[in-house]
Amino acid sequence: MKLTLSWLKTHLETSASLTEIANTLTRTGLEVENVHDPAAQLEDFIVAQVIDAAPHPNADRLQVCMVDTGAGAPLQVVCGAPNARAGLKTVFAAPGTYIPAKKFTLGKGVIRGVESLGMLCSASELELPGDADGIMELPEDAPVGAVYAQWARLGDPVIDINLTPNRPDAAGVSGVARDLAAAGLGVFKTQPPTPVEGAFPCPVGVKLDFAADDAYLAPLFALRLVRGVKNGPSPAWLQDRLRSIGLRPINRLVDITNFLTFDRSRPLHVFDAKKVKDDLVVRRAREGEELLALDGKTYKLDPEMVVIADLAGPLSLAGVMGGEASGCDEQTTDVLIESALWDPHNIAHTGRKLGIVTDARYRFERGVDPAFALPGLELATQLVRELCGGEASKIVVAGAAPQGTRVVDFPFGETKRLTGLDIENDEATTILTRLGFAVAVIGEGRASVTAPSWRPDIEGKADIVEEILRIKGVDEIVSTPLARMEGVAAPVLTPLQKRIRTARRALAAQGLVEAVTWSFVSEKQAQGFGGGNPTLKLANPIASELSDMRPSLLPGLVAAAGRNAARGFADSALFEAGQIFLGEDEKGQRIAAAGLRRGLATAQAEGRNWATPTKRAGAYDAKADAFALLQALGTATGGMQVIGGAPAWFHPGRSGTLQFGPKAVVGYFGELHPRLLMELDVEGPIAAFEIYLDALPAPKAKATRTKPQLELSDLQPLSRDFAFIVDREAQAGELLKAVLGADKALIADARIFDVYEGAGVPEGKKSIGVAVTVQPREKTLTDVEIDALARKIVAEAERKSRATLRA
Amino acid sequence: MTDLTELEQETLRQIEAADNEAALDAVRVAALGKKGAISALLATLGRMSPEERKTQGAKINALKDVVTERLAARRAALENEALEARLKSETLDVTLSPPSSALERGRLHPLSEVMDELTAIFADLGFAVAEGPDIESDDYNFTKLNFPEGHPAREMHDTFFFQPGPDGRRKLLRTHTSPVQVRTMLTQKPPIRVICPGRTYRCDSDQTHTPMFHQVEGLVIDETTHIGHLKWVLEEFLKAFFEVKSVNLRFRPSFFPFTEPSMEVDVQCRRQGGEIRFGEGEDFMEILGCGMVHPNVLKNCGLDPDVYRGFAFGVGIDRLAMLKYGMPDLRAFFEADVRWLRHYGFRPLDFPTLAGGLSG
Repeated sequence: MKLTLSWLKTHLETSASLTEIANTLTRTGLEVENVHDPAAQLEDFIVAQVIDAAPHPNADRLQVCMVDTGAGAPLQVVCGAPNARAGLKTVFAAPGTYIPAKKFTLGKGVIRGVESLGMLCSASELELPGDADGIMELPEDAPVGAVYAQWARLGDPVIDINLTPNRPDAAGVSGVARDLAAAGLGVFKTQPPTPVEGAFPCPVGVKLDFAADDAYLAPLFALRLVRGVKNGPSPAWLQDRLRSIGLRPINRLVDITNFLTFDRSRPLHVFDAKKVKDDLVVRRAREGEELLALDGKTYKLDPEMVVIADLAGPLSLAGVMGGEASGCDEQTTDVLIESALWDPHNIAHTGRKLGIVTDARYRFERGVDPAFALPGLELATQLVRELCGGEASKIVVAGAAPQGTRVVDFPFGETKRLTGLDIENDEATTILTRLGFAVAVIGEGRASVTAPSWRPDIEGKADIVEEILRIKGVDEIVSTPLARMEGVAAPVLTPLQKRIRTARRALAAQGLVEAVTWSFVSEKQAQGFGGGNPTLKLANPIASELSDMRPSLLPGLVAAAGRNAARGFADSALFEAGQIFLGEDEKGQRIAAAGLRRGLATAQAEGRNWATPTKRAGAYDAKADAFALLQALGTATGGMQVIGGAPAWFHPGRSGTLQFGPKAVVGYFGELHPRLLMELDVEGPIAAFEIYLDALPAPKAKATRTKPQLELSDLQPLSRDFAFIVDREAQAGELLKAVLGADKALIADARIFDVYEGAGVPEGKKSIGVAVTVQPREKTLTDVEIDALARKIVAEAERKSRATLRA
Repeated sequence: MTDLTELEQETLRQIEAADNEAALDAVRVAALGKKGAISALLATLGRMSPEERKTQGAKINALKDVVTERLAARRAALENEALEARLKSETLDVTLSPPSSALERGRLHPLSEVMDELTAIFADLGFAVAEGPDIESDDYNFTKLNFPEGHPAREMHDTFFFQPGPDGRRKLLRTHTSPVQVRTMLTQKPPIRVICPGRTYRCDSDQTHTPMFHQVEGLVIDETTHIGHLKWVLEEFLKAFFEVKSVNLRFRPSFFPFTEPSMEVDVQCRRQGGEIRFGEGEDFMEILGCGMVHPNVLKNCGLDPDVYRGFAFGVGIDRLAMLKYGMPDLRAFFEADVRWLRHYGFRPLDFPTLAGGLSG
């Protein structure tokens, strides 16, 4: 919402400065986004006259002008404008003047050997509309020596208010003035319009043609004819008003409606009566109807929209935009002025559907003052008669303005209850009264407060409190400590929340860098990682590559690794922890942590180095990350199975599934499928894992934090190494399990220290070295006992894994 | 007893002369071994008279002790020499570095760090962390929050929608974390103190807007809270978050459908180069929106607005991070450029705590 200071002052008697006004507006809830004072930056520009213009001795396109600036002797100015000529009145800038458009301060200069003591200016150099090719041409009566901006009446500052949608009343200058007056910044002086007596009945009838339950679409439609008008360009004051807020003057009749839209937040419409055939009917549009609107575009209408029509069809789109065919132009002699009320939702819907944004729609969809529909029509009539002459008819009214007033039973104590502020009842009453509320005391500390018709946002007690508070000043609120909870603060995070934050730090501690990628991915990415479900597709994605809710964190990370590689960072180690979407309902949103490694970014090192062999990150790195995460989360992995193979986005032979049973999968790891990477245009190999944090078993709830008793043996553990030969396809994990199971009491640990294929090992076989730690429990083991245990281990390995001891 | 004296001198000379462990051991064997000279002398004690044994015994034992002691000393000296010699040959190029540790390489995204900071601050004030789904119903995202159907305020939210389901209703991506407030009020009895951090979405993209961003909202519902408490909480929160001694806030009346009265809050600051300093300067920067929870919202969530009241506020987490840590461009948050992540990211053990200071 834009208004100018002088416009404001037609509604507000005030001596307040521009700054005070702007600050008060912001302080009371009409946030001033910008104040543009065009005169402020132009106060050094002077009206001057060229006395003499002679060709520049050293340049064809330049002239040397003698300029009368109204102060002292004429000054010599070199000028390049073709229209510089003797006698011309124009705008002069002396050295030291800041030139807004050029963003520099003018200095004295010597141009091609001739001294220049200033500059003659074009409109564009002053950031004013106009010709950039030549210097400004002022009328002959422009007074030499005057400040140009003052003479040209540019000095009207424009205030731009960022209007909140609850304040349609402030979409009119008068409404803004009312707020300022309530805030103590002057006297609100807007008077209600005086009715214009109708000289004859309105010859055009109006019918609201709606089914009973559709009546809400157009509660009121008022119309009046003014005949014998003379249309044409508006007087300067009206053109200036409209231009000052960026509107284009068109003709008197149209300008009057635009003026009242901004002056009183009362949109009106004018029809050229001669272009209207028969009576007006307000009705739903019919399927297939079209309207060529005032913006020159033809809109297809549908029965959701309301139109004003005559026999020939729609003339105007109710509350949104008029039609071209019935518009007023210079030839108009008889004008029909419409003032109506429309259903805000319907106007919003129509505007949205047709993509039309107008000042009328803006106000109707927020809610205009229903009580001002008829006074607004009177005011418009007044202006039409003032500017265009003519004779007004009586007003024809169809429907009626809704009568209900909004009355709030308001206990004055509510202000204290919600704000903590003590405001005297009298003061509250004064504030409300100034804002147009009617306050009637109905008991001890209680009042019946009637909202003014122009405030559709007032509903209840809290709204009244807000009115009092915003005028009193929210800065008055006293900061009051919130009572602290008793004792030491209790923990506030849920187990899953703790798990996520631990996961992040654990993965970062693994050397992975955390990324935050979009929750949406492309359809191709979604499908590649098990998604693509139509219920998880956005109906209105912002871009085609952000169309599907991600089924996994991996597509985002893969794309990120690809982008980093394209920038020259081939070795990347990334992770993300966050939501993934496996279904559109609440349960379908899951929490995962995933990571990937590409290039030489292994768990041990990143890039080549002298100390460790150069190695590409592979499935085991991903597995190490996944297990580091599970360990950090305290997940009991004892019962967890590692199964070869993973979903289709993984390499079939170099991937695994982590699960606590076939229906309790907690995640996957491995190399990503080379074909998928190729389709996603990311060079592999990439090793990755994804763990579903919300699928991990919860730790057992225990009554105390006491850890189980630590049992330490005084007997030395001993270690024995075994080299087994197994089939190449055999799984080391199985062998290890067999070994560990050979004697659960004595075998404390077994780990694989070597895996070997090649010379010395039969074709199709591999050798696995297992180091077994034996912990004697009650007494030192004898050689015989140790040998017996070793035989048991070998027998178990043979029975369960078909392993033989390597010769 | 010149024999003993001679034996002593000779043995000690040999000990000193021994220049390696083997030679020294030979001296030991010759003196103290089974057939050694001193052992032989000790063997004669048994045949002596008690008196002779007393004098001679003491002397021979003294000799044995001296020799033993000198042997040990010489052995220690030889070992020391050998070690010194070995150490001289053992040198490393200490300018070579081992591969960087994982702790050195890993980083947390600044958003994660800031969320942990927020949690630490609000946990101290007794706020729990509430969460909800990103895919929401129109009812929870708008209607229950007092956005009337077709109201322009809905339009301002640039909502992402899904295709309508079998019931004709279309789900949407939440445009704010306020539906979590609704969920909290529907399931918990006051007093309520929660913050609701999370991802939010709007169909908008330019220099300062991304289609996905992060928001934290706060909600307090009880029977005593008013705007004065809201002001205090925001002041304390911003002071703690920006780690400054004071902040100066400017409250402006504003409009949100779900609060009444509603306010926007500007914070006083000074911009200097890429830095923003709070609690000083001439500028006021809009930082958050807040207000008393609208009676209609309370009613929609089953709470009697004449009994319960409270406040809510909302602020962009991304924006908080940018203001505190100086990232100039929001879009970079989601580009996963490792250079950016390493530069603006946090080390794995930079755990924000109130005891240790949020950002150390």
